[in-house]
Amino acid sequence: MISPIGWIIIWIGVFFDILGAIGLVRFPDVYNRLQAATKCVTLGTFGIMIGIFLLKGFSSMGIKALICGAFLLLTSPVAAHALMKGSIHFGTKLWKGSVMDAYGKDKLGGEQIEKED
Amino acid sequence: MRYLLYFILAFCLWLLLTLSVHLDHIIAGVVVALLSTIIFGGYFTTRPIKFLQLHRIFWFVVYIPVFIWYMIKANIDVAYRALHPQRPIRPGIVKIRTMLKTDIAKVFLANSITLTPGTMTCEIDGEFLYIHWIWVESSEIDEASKIIARRFEKYLRRIFE
Repeated sequence: MISPIGWIIIWIGVFFDILGAIGLVRFPDVYNRLQAATKCVTLGTFGIMIGIFLLKGFSSMGIKALICGAFLLLTSPVAAHALMKGSIHFGTKLWKGSVMDAYGKDKLGGEQIEKED
Repeated sequence: MRYLLYFILAFCLWLLLTLSVHLDHIIAGVVVALLSTIIFGGYFTTRPIKFLQLHRIFWFVVYIPVFIWYMIKANIDVAYRALHPQRPIRPGIVKIRTMLKTDIAKVFLANSITLTPGTMTCEIDGEFLYIHWIWVESSEIDEASKIIARRFEKYLRRIFE
């Protein structure tokens, strides 16, 4: 009974990974792309890890997968945060359709939004 | 005290990872746990007693399904925006205020915000957080804080403070 559920969760994870990749291509600027990449890829990979745990049970491999999943949940947002902060300080501007930029207004002396052509 | 707790946690993690009781594995584990204690133990919590308070553990267990539910919602949200032909996004960076005081609670809040629908933390500055929002609903500090942060703060306050 556990085995088909494990496979279903693994396939849901793969599906979300693909959606994340599509979002990465379709969104306009680095910040929106990070949104797609972080959310979908974290849940997708976490799903794959949980699926492996359900397939293998409390064996050596299953417990390793579970620990990997937990560390993924903790570290992946931190990595995204670092990338985002890095690109802000590097001077990458927000997409021209953006409505506001409180960070630029407060810290960088003016909103960092691309001008319309 | 906190170094000892850190060592025990690191060693338990090692035991879970290797899942064997061979003597050489255990010796290697002790060495690695000692090294990581010496390097990172100083960053560990200053009040280890918090680990043993049952109500905190209870609220943490309650928090996990809530968090996973928001994560699934976030993914469906991003998937909808990525696959929709018109690409319905209206991004922007907003500023919100948090009620949380301790650093670890703020870290968990920032991580939770990053993994939940349409929002992502850019920077923590004292009690203010700067959030990149894929569909800006409100540019007011109080309104945005209510929408983004309140749903997690009530749990995180009980866990970490």
